[in-house]
Amino acid sequence: MTTTQTQFETVIGLEVHVQLSTHTKMFCSCQNIFGEDPNTQVCPVCLGLPGSLPVVNKKALEFAIRIGCALGCKINSFVKFDRKNYYYPDCPKNYQISQFDKPICYEGAIDIPTEDGTHKTIGITRAHLEEDAGKLVHADDCSLVDYNRTGTPLLEIVSEPDMRSPQEAYDYLQKLKLILSYLDVSDCDMEKGSLRCDANVSIREMGATEFGTKTELKNMNSFKAVRTALEYEINRQHKVVLSGDKVIQETLLWDENKMMTVSMRSKEAAHDYRYFPEPDLVPFTVEQSTIDEVKHHLPELPEPKLNRFIDEYKLSEYDATIIIQERCKANFFEDCLKIYPDGKKVSNWLNGAVLQEMNARKSEITDINLTPERLVELIKKVDDDTISNLVAKDVLGMMLDSGKSSAEIIDEKGLAQVSDDGALDALIDELVNEHQNIVEQIKAGKDSAVGFLVGQAMKKSQGKANPKKVGELIKRRLLDG
Amino acid sequence: MISEDDVKYVAGLSRIYLQDHEVGSLQKDLEKIIGYVEKLQKLDVTDIEPTSHALPLTNVFRDDEIKPSLDRTETMKIAVDQRDGAFKVPKVIE
Repeated sequence: MTTTQTQFETVIGLEVHVQLSTHTKMFCSCQNIFGEDPNTQVCPVCLGLPGSLPVVNKKALEFAIRIGCALGCKINSFVKFDRKNYYYPDCPKNYQISQFDKPICYEGAIDIPTEDGTHKTIGITRAHLEEDAGKLVHADDCSLVDYNRTGTPLLEIVSEPDMRSPQEAYDYLQKLKLILSYLDVSDCDMEKGSLRCDANVSIREMGATEFGTKTELKNMNSFKAVRTALEYEINRQHKVVLSGDKVIQETLLWDENKMMTVSMRSKEAAHDYRYFPEPDLVPFTVEQSTIDEVKHHLPELPEPKLNRFIDEYKLSEYDATIIIQERCKANFFEDCLKIYPDGKKVSNWLNGAVLQEMNARKSEITDINLTPERLVELIKKVDDDTISNLVAKDVLGMMLDSGKSSAEIIDEKGLAQVSDDGALDALIDELVNEHQNIVEQIKAGKDSAVGFLVGQAMKKSQGKANPKKVGELIKRRLLDG
Repeated sequence: MISEDDVKYVAGLSRIYLQDHEVGSLQKDLEKIIGYVEKLQKLDVTDIEPTSHALPLTNVFRDDEIKPSLDRTETMKIAVDQRDGAFKVPKVIE
């Protein structure tokens, strides 16, 4: 950052749209499903046909309350829907059913980590329920509309303008996604559009209390893209201001190929949504007992889980952080600990060899043919010297490929370590004959030369000789004799 | 006061295309309507909850159970133009 740029402060607020993974849509009974042929998941409500009436999906409301509780939001006891009016072909009714002044959730917060090891709290202004719009594909000569996505339940989570750098925005998104992933309310897949993020960004002189003019960034399809787009846009705004011009309030699209923001130039009219209460839906009330019930059934959230893992299983913060990144992995870890006492060892396996196998197979831990029992059995085979750590990693790969247990594989492939004195003695005989000069060095007191012979023994035995045992036998023969 | 520009702006928001001679009469109509509503502004409504719905009903829900969607052949009968199973519309982005 140049000296002229340091006189500015960045202000970022984020709007995150989460598609809720209910079976059906927000206001009708069409299936809520991604990737079907265009316009096969639609009904008169989706198409906004005259006479059709929306009815609220109870599950979507429950999911919204669950998310609100997990984000520390207050839940409105009186909730209503409103019409947001706009004309665009992705919206056949010419209005989107959304929530204007009575959002279901408000005033929450998310803590993000800071560089000095403490936390910064990012406020959540509100989270409201609404329906998704259809999908537009722009051809050369026309636009094509698919209404399958129309009516998909969305929760729009609006943050306070509390973030001061693209990295903070990135950390906020990571944390939000992690919490959401624990709640079973969305598949949070940005590639499928289940999680979408728009960013509002402005700059102001350091110390100023008024906000600068903001621009809205859209079309970022990953958290990294959000961060890069913000970096680009902040830089652009600096240049505009430093050249004496003013930032224009507008919507900009992030172009991932050109790595720049471009003006949207949409034919959608200026925003004047003329919200008014949706007459087709009656309001609803949320009882305190319902909220208590939801809170009671919330799963343990990532942060408490992290602290508990560090505390209860003596994991390092680093190891625990990786394990809790996925709820299914955290569960897997705890299931292992029910039958095996060493948390550090299990976490080394999960964050090491198992993670490598998961990445290689592009699969979750629940889809790689591994149970906690099988993993613990494998770890125990290393503990009791049946196999070395190195061989164990190969055995893991074979277990996942074949679905067999470690015992079966070790048996079938004859992978058990040779610890038997007689067999190892024969091996050492050969080595002593082949490496007379090394033998002399050992006898002369060069301890490191033993390591060379052990290495040769491992090579000859294709990894099966017990290295500890071989070392002991070599020393006994050459030094004690 | 409602200006002619206000009338044109509101018509534009609703995609209503007005003839020039219609603007004047609509301006008078709109002024009357707004003037009528403004009478209500004189009332003290401090302690009155805004009415958000005319029906005395709350909490009308639907269970999250899938029902069949329309057959696409049926759906596309209402399309003015179509391509590859999608509704074809004039291009909306430059």
